[in-house]
Amino acid sequence: MRMKSLERYTDSPDFEYATSGHRACQGCAEILALRLGLKVFGKDTVVAMATGCMEIISTPLPTTSWRLPWIHVAFENTAAVASGIEAGIGILMDKGKIARKDISVVAIGGDGGTSDIGLQALSGAMERGHDFTYICVDNEAYMNTGIQRSSSTPFGAMTTTSPPGKKSFGQATQKKNMPKIAVAHNIPYVATACPSYPFDFLAKIKKAKAAKGPAYIHVLSVCPTGWRIPSDQAIHYGRLAVRTGIFPLYEVENGRYRITYSPEPLRPVAEYIKGQGRFRHLTDDLIARIQDQVNRDWQDLKSYSEMK
Amino acid sequence: MSTKKGMEVSIAAAEAAKLARVEVIAAYPITPQTHIVEHLSEIVANGELDAAYVNVESEHSAMSACVGASATGARTFTSTSAQGMELMHEILFIASGMRFPIVMAAVNRALSSPLSIWGDHSDIMAARDTGWIMLFCENGQEVVDAIIMAFKIAEDRRVLLPLMVNLDGFSLSHVIEPIEFPAQKDVDRFLPPYEALYTLHPDKPVTMGAYGMPELYTEAKYAQEMALRGSKAVVKEVMGQFAKEFGRTYNIVETYNVEKADTVFMALGSINENIKTAIDNLKEQGKELGLVSPRLFRPFPADELYEFLKGKKKVVVLERVMPAGAMNGPLFNEIASLAVTHGLNAQLENYIFGLGGRDVEPEELMETYEQVASSARVSHADNKNYGVIGVRS
Repeated sequence: MRMKSLERYTDSPDFEYATSGHRACQGCAEILALRLGLKVFGKDTVVAMATGCMEIISTPLPTTSWRLPWIHVAFENTAAVASGIEAGIGILMDKGKIARKDISVVAIGGDGGTSDIGLQALSGAMERGHDFTYICVDNEAYMNTGIQRSSSTPFGAMTTTSPPGKKSFGQATQKKNMPKIAVAHNIPYVATACPSYPFDFLAKIKKAKAAKGPAYIHVLSVCPTGWRIPSDQAIHYGRLAVRTGIFPLYEVENGRYRITYSPEPLRPVAEYIKGQGRFRHLTDDLIARIQDQVNRDWQDLKSYSEMK
Repeated sequence: MSTKKGMEVSIAAAEAAKLARVEVIAAYPITPQTHIVEHLSEIVANGELDAAYVNVESEHSAMSACVGASATGARTFTSTSAQGMELMHEILFIASGMRFPIVMAAVNRALSSPLSIWGDHSDIMAARDTGWIMLFCENGQEVVDAIIMAFKIAEDRRVLLPLMVNLDGFSLSHVIEPIEFPAQKDVDRFLPPYEALYTLHPDKPVTMGAYGMPELYTEAKYAQEMALRGSKAVVKEVMGQFAKEFGRTYNIVETYNVEKADTVFMALGSINENIKTAIDNLKEQGKELGLVSPRLFRPFPADELYEFLKGKKKVVVLERVMPAGAMNGPLFNEIASLAVTHGLNAQLENYIFGLGGRDVEPEELMETYEQVASSARVSHADNKNYGVIGVRS
C-alpha cells in the first residue's frame, strides 16, 4: 500500500516488516492487518506472537517473514511472554546494559489464543500494567487447525466443531465480548478495528503505541477460507460487518467510549450473513434473532459512548 | 570476606539469587516455595537488588515471562513447587528447546491427588525429561552454592540451557542452617554479567521460536541433546572453579563411606543426611553401608556413578516418588540400565520412601539395610519390584 496518506500514521510507509513470501491463504485479512499495523509501530518494536495462523504461515525454520525482533513461545502465553520482554528490556535499560530508547512491545494472538486459552495470561498482563500493546486478530474460529469454534465464533456460525445438524443450528452461544473484558481492566486504551477501514485502524494503532501502559486492539480479520467466501471478498465482508453493526468500530480511551465510525442507519444483518458459507444453513428466524441482538448491542454501545 | 549466618534455607536461596545479581524474577507463590519469592520480593522492594519482579498470575505465565525476559538477555530466575511445576510443564520444554539459561529453584513437593503440600520428588520426576540440567542439594550450603554455580553453567556458551536447583520442600527449604555466604565481589568475579548470544532487540532483529518441519526437527533436538550431554563437562569445570574460588568442593556424584562397604544406598536430596546417620549407626555395630548420591541428575552421570558402583554387591535405590505402574522408580530404572550399558553386576533393590512429607528415620533406613543384607533378592508384597518403606497396606 503505497499511498501518501499512510505517512500520517507511520515514518516507514514503504518498509515491509511483514514481508512477502509467507504462506497465508489468498485473501487473508489477518496478515493484511499486521502488515499495516506493524508499519505504524515501526522498527523499534519487539513482537511476541501466539501459536496460530500468523505464526505458522511466517516462520518455518530456517526462514522468517518478520523483519522485526520476533518470538513465538506457545499458544496461551503470549501476553506473559510480552510481560517478560517488557520487564527484561526495562531492567537492562535501567542498568545501562542496553541503550535507553522507546521500544514498543507488541503481543499478537488470534481469537482462540486471546479469548479462550490465552485469556488468563492476557488478564494478568493487563492487570499488572505492562507497557505493551496486545493485538487480537479475530477470524472467529480456530482456523489454523481447521475451523473449529472458539468463544469468539458468532452465534449461528458453522464450524467443524459447531456443525449444524438435526439438533444444532451451528454455534449456539454469543460471541464473547473481548474488548469489554479488556475495558474492565481499566487500561488506558482499548479499540476495535478492521483492516477494511485501514485509516481508522492505523489511527488506533498509533494511539495504542503512544499509550503508557497496556493497550488492547481487537481486529476483525475476515478469513475467506474459514468463512467460506471468495478470496477477493475479505475487504467487502469486513465493511459489511461494520455497516451492519455486527462489528462496530469504537475506542475506549481511559474508560471513555467513542464510536469512531457510525454506520447508521445500520444495514440489515442479512446482507452480511447471506453469501457466507458458514451461515448458509441459517433460517430466517435465526437471522432475525441475530438482527435483534445486533440492534440491542448497538444501542448499548451508543449509550456507553454517550456517557460522560 | 565470606560471612557465616544461621538462616532458613529458603531465605538463603533468595540471597544466593541476589548474589548472582538476577535481573528478572517472574514467580507465582506456592507452598513450600513461598519464602524464596517473598524474600526476593522484599530485597527488590528495598532496592537491595536491581531487578524487575513480575508478579505473574500463574506458574505457566511465570515460566513464559522468564522465557520472554531471558530472550532479551536478562539474567532470569524463578522458583516453584509441585502443582506449579506441573502447570509450567509445557513451557519447561520450550525454555530448554529455545536454549534459555533460566535458573529455577525447584522446592520439591508431592503432587495432588490427594492434595499434599509436603515434600517428595513427584514434581521433579514428572519433569525430569524436560531438557533442563538438574542439580540436587543435600543441605542449605549446597543450595546457595548451586544457585551461584547454576548461572555460570547455564550461561556458558557451550551449554545455554536452563537449570533447576532441587531442594526438598520443608525438610530442607524450611530448616535453619549455618550457611557461609561468599562476598559479592568474589561472586562478581566468579560470575560475570550474562552476555547473551542473541537477544530480542530492534538493532538486530532475530526470529526466535520458529517451527521445525520434519526435515529439521530431529536435527534441532539432536543439537539440544548434545548440548545437554556436553553440559556435564561444564558442570565439573564450574565445580572445580568454585572450589578454587570459594574453597568448597563439589562433585557431580558425592559419596559417603563408599570404599569399605559392599552395600550402597543411592538417593537424591536431603534424605542423604539421614542415610549418613544410619551409616554411622551401622558402623558402630560393625556393619558397613555406603552412600552414592548423584548431585547432577540431568544429564545423568552414568560413567561417574559406575565408577563408585562397580564391584559392589548390593545397590539399593531409594526414591521419593511412586513408580505409577512402571516396573520401578525412575532412578532405579537408570541404575538398572547400567547393568546393560556398563556391566554393573550387583543385586539391585528399589525402595520408595518419604511420600507426601512422610518422615523416614535413620532406624527405618537401618531396617531396610538389614532386609537387603539378609537376602539375595528381597521379595515384596503384591509381587512388586520395589518396597514402600513404612506403608500400611
